[in-house]
Amino acid sequence: MSTMEGYNFAYLDEQTKRMIRRALLKAVAIPGHQIPFGSREMPLPYGWGTGGIQVTAAVLGPQDVLKVIDQGADDTTNAVSIRRFFARTAGVATTTDTEAASVIQTRHRIPEKPLREDQIIVYQVPQPEPLSRLEPSRAETRRMHALAEYGLMHVKLYEDITRFGHVAISYDYPVMVNGRHLMAPSPIPAFDNPKMHHMAALQLFGAGREKRLYAIPPYTSVVSLDFDDHPFRTTRAPHACGLCGATDSYLDEVVTDDQGGRLYVCSDTDHCETRREAGHTGSESPLQEAAQ
Amino acid sequence: MAYVAVKGGERAIDNAHAWLAADRRGDPAVPDLGLAQIREQLGRAIDRVMAEGSLYDRDLAALAIKQSQGDLIEAAFLLRAYRTTLPRFAHSEPVDTAAMAVRRRVSAVFKDLPGGQVLGPTYDYTHRLLDFTLAAGTAPPAPATAPATGAPMQRVNDFLRHEGLIEPDAPADATPGDITRQPLTFPAPRDVRLQALARGDEGFLLGLGYSTQRGYGGNHPFAGEIRVGEVTVEIEPAELGFAIDIGEITLTECQMVNQFKGSKTQPPQFTRGYGLAFGHAERKTMSMALVDRAMRAEELGEDVTAPAQNVEFVLYHSDNIEGTGFVEHLKLPHYVDFQSELETIRRMRAEADAGKEAAE
Amino acid sequence: MSEPTLLSASGLTLRFGAIPALLDVDADLWPGEILAIVGESGSGKTTLLNVLSGKMAPQSGQVMYRDPAGAMQDVHTMPAPALRALHRSDWGFVHQNPRENLRMAVSAGGNVGERLMAQGSRHYGHIRAAAIDWLEQVEIDAARVDDLPRTFSGGMLQRLQIARTLVTHPRLVFMDEPTGGLDVSVQARLLDLIRSLVRRLGIAVVLVTHDLAVARLLADRIMVMQRGEVVEAGLTDQVLDDPRHPYTQLLVSSVLQA
Repeated sequence: MSTMEGYNFAYLDEQTKRMIRRALLKAVAIPGHQIPFGSREMPLPYGWGTGGIQVTAAVLGPQDVLKVIDQGADDTTNAVSIRRFFARTAGVATTTDTEAASVIQTRHRIPEKPLREDQIIVYQVPQPEPLSRLEPSRAETRRMHALAEYGLMHVKLYEDITRFGHVAISYDYPVMVNGRHLMAPSPIPAFDNPKMHHMAALQLFGAGREKRLYAIPPYTSVVSLDFDDHPFRTTRAPHACGLCGATDSYLDEVVTDDQGGRLYVCSDTDHCETRREAGHTGSESPLQEAAQ
Repeated sequence: MAYVAVKGGERAIDNAHAWLAADRRGDPAVPDLGLAQIREQLGRAIDRVMAEGSLYDRDLAALAIKQSQGDLIEAAFLLRAYRTTLPRFAHSEPVDTAAMAVRRRVSAVFKDLPGGQVLGPTYDYTHRLLDFTLAAGTAPPAPATAPATGAPMQRVNDFLRHEGLIEPDAPADATPGDITRQPLTFPAPRDVRLQALARGDEGFLLGLGYSTQRGYGGNHPFAGEIRVGEVTVEIEPAELGFAIDIGEITLTECQMVNQFKGSKTQPPQFTRGYGLAFGHAERKTMSMALVDRAMRAEELGEDVTAPAQNVEFVLYHSDNIEGTGFVEHLKLPHYVDFQSELETIRRMRAEADAGKEAAE
Repeated sequence: MSEPTLLSASGLTLRFGAIPALLDVDADLWPGEILAIVGESGSGKTTLLNVLSGKMAPQSGQVMYRDPAGAMQDVHTMPAPALRALHRSDWGFVHQNPRENLRMAVSAGGNVGERLMAQGSRHYGHIRAAAIDWLEQVEIDAARVDDLPRTFSGGMLQRLQIARTLVTHPRLVFMDEPTGGLDVSVQARLLDLIRSLVRRLGIAVVLVTHDLAVARLLADRIMVMQRGEVVEAGLTDQVLDDPRHPYTQLLVSSVLQA
C-alpha cells in the first residue's frame, strides 16, 4: 500500500466520524465516564492504538498539525507508523514540535511542556476500566460506576500501604475526575498524573478493542486517589538528563554496557531537543551515582 | 559523544517491509503462487478466513492468504480491515437453509430420514496417511455423480418439532443486532451472541466446546444435523418492494439437540444449540453449537459455573483479531511504564534495606 | 411497644411457579430488637429475609424502613443507589458462609475497613485503628490485622464477617444462619459474642435459623414459618414454652430436623 486512493479523509467514512464525534460530545459532557462506541476495525492491530486513531481521525481537520508520540518519543516505530498513516490518509501536516501541534496522539506519556487551550491530546488506551483488575465483569463495573461505589479501589490502595508502606501502582494510576468518575488515565507513569489536573487542553481517550471513549474537558479536576495520611506522590529516576541536564523531566534508563552502566535521558524527545538547542547540556557519559 | 538517541524509525520500517516482501516470495526459482490456485486448492483455508474475516469473497480471501504467507488470523484481519471501509447498500433477507442445495448432510440422531444421509466430500473416513501421490501431482479419479432430485431436504429439527419434542424457533421478526456497528453490552441477546460466535476463532470455540463435553458446563449434546451446501442470497431493494436473488454462498449449519428436563415454565423437551458459518466449516459450527447452548444456561435455569456458560467471558475472548492484537501489542515499547516500575521496586528495596539496618 | 417500628412489612407474597414461598406475610421490627424467623428448609424463611432486605422483590406487599432521619422508605421502590447505600452503612448482612461476604485475597484489616472506605473514610491510620479495634471486639488477635482470611479458622471467619459488618455501626443487621456449619463449641462462643455485641450497640436483628436453641438464646420475638406462611408469632419464651400451633409443637418437640 503506497497510496491510499479510494479512502476517505483520515480513512474513516464521514458517518463513522460523526458517530465518534457524538460519542465524544457525550464523553465531554460527563467527564471521565466511559462511553461505548461502535469501534471500527482499523488497518492497524487492536492494542496498537486503534482507539486513539479513531478519535484522532474524528477530530482532525485539514488545517491541523499532528504530533504522534509513543513512550514520549516521536521516533519510536509505532509512533512513526501512526504518523505516516495520517500523513497518507489525511495529508495533514505532521510535526515533532509539541508547541506547533494542534492535535497530539500519545501512548504512555504526556509531553513535559504544558499544553494550551487550542490543543487536543488523544490518549491510546488499552484498558479503559480502572476497576478491571479488581472486578472482571463489565456488567458489574458499570453498576459500580453508576452508583459511584469505589470503596474497592481504596481497598486496593489500603492493601498496598499495608504490605509495602505505600501505594505500589507506578503507572495507569487511578484518578477521580470531576469528583465523580473513577478513571484510568491510560498507562502513563504516575509522574504524569498531575499534568492532567486542570489541563488547559481537551483530553480525549480512545480504547478501540474495548470499544470505549472518554474525555476530560479543559480545566477539570483530576485527582489521583490517595489517603490523607499517605498522599499521592510521583517518582522519577533521581538523575539529571545525560543529554540536556534536565532535573525535572521523566527519564528513560538506557543500558550502556553489561557492567551496570546506565545513562538517563529525557523520555520526551522533543523537550530534550528543544533544551539542547537552547544551549543546555548534560554529562553525556554514563552516570554511576546509582550504583554507589 | 557517548550516546545518540535512537533515530531512523521510518527507514527501519521501510526496510522491514521490503524484507518481509522478499521473505513472502521465498525462493524466486519456485513459481509464484497464483490466487486461483489458493482459491481452488486451499478451500478450507479460504472458508476459515472468510468466516473469521466476516466477508464472503473467495478471491479476496485468496489474496489475503497469499499476502499473509498463510497466517490465517493475519489473513482474516486483512479482510476485516477491508470490509470495514465498504459502503453498505443493503442487507440480505434471512437465508433459508431448508432450501439449501445440499452437498453433505449427516444426522447422528436418526438412522435414516427423508433425503437420506449424504456423506459428501468429507475427511471423516479418510485414513490419515500421508498421500504421496498428491506430492507427485497425480490427477484424482472423477467422483461418482447422480442426477439432482431438486427436492428440498427438510431439516432434522423440523421432524422433531412436529411432535413438540424440541423447542420452537424464536420469532424472527426483530432486526438482529450488528456487532460490527454496535459495541457489545450485557446481557447480550442470542442474535448478538451467535454473530460473535460466527466470526469467533475456530480454535477458541473448539477448546470451549470440548470443555463442555468434559464436564465444564455439559448439556448432553447430539449432533441433530450437520449440512453443507449452497444457499441463495436475496435482498429486497426499497425501490423494488420484492426480493431479488443476488447470488449464492456456501454455508455449513449445525443443529445440536440437547437434553432438557424442563423447568417450572417449560415442559421437558429437547433444546437447541446452533452453529452457522461461511464455507465448509464443520468443526467450527459444531463447536459453535455447543458453546451457543452452553451460553443459554441462565435462560434455561441452569447453574452458570463453567467458562463456556459465561457469556461475557466467551464473547470478550472469542475474537482472534482482538486477541492477537492485544497479546502481540506487548511487543510494543513499554519502557516508560517499565521505568516507573523500576523506580518503585528500587524504592521498596531501599526501604526494606533501611528497615533491616535500623533493626540491627 | 408504642415506639415506632424500624422495619415494617405487610402482605408479602411471592410464588416460584406454583410453589408459594411467601403467603401474605406481615412482620414488624422495633429498634434494638432481635426477631428470629424459624422453620424447616423450604419454609420460606430465607426468602423472607431476602425480601425484607430488598434483595428480592415480592409479587405483592411492601417493606417500609425508617431511615435515620425518621422518614419511612419503601425498600422495594427506593432508587437502587439508595438501597445500595443502606446496605453498606445503616444495614448489615451476615451470611451463613462468611466466604460469600469476605474478600479472601484482602487482609483482615482491609476487609473490616472496606465499608468505612466505601463511606468516604480517607485516612489510612484511622481506618486501620478502627479495624484493629473491631478485631479486638470480635476477639481476634490484633496481630492478625494484616493476615489474609484464608489463614483463619471457620469461627474466626464468621467473627471477621461480623466485624466487617458492624464497623459502620448499622442500626439493622440481617443474619442468615450465622452459626450454621460451625462446631458446637465454636457456635456457643459465637452466639455469646453476637448477643453481647448486639445488646451493647442496640442493633436490631432479623435472624433466620432452623435451630430453636439459637433463637431461644438470641431472640426477643420469634416467627414460625411453614410453607410460606407465618403459623405462629410472639415472644420467644412464650412461643417456645407454650407452642399453640401443631407445627410449632412438632418443632419444639424436635420431631422435625431441618
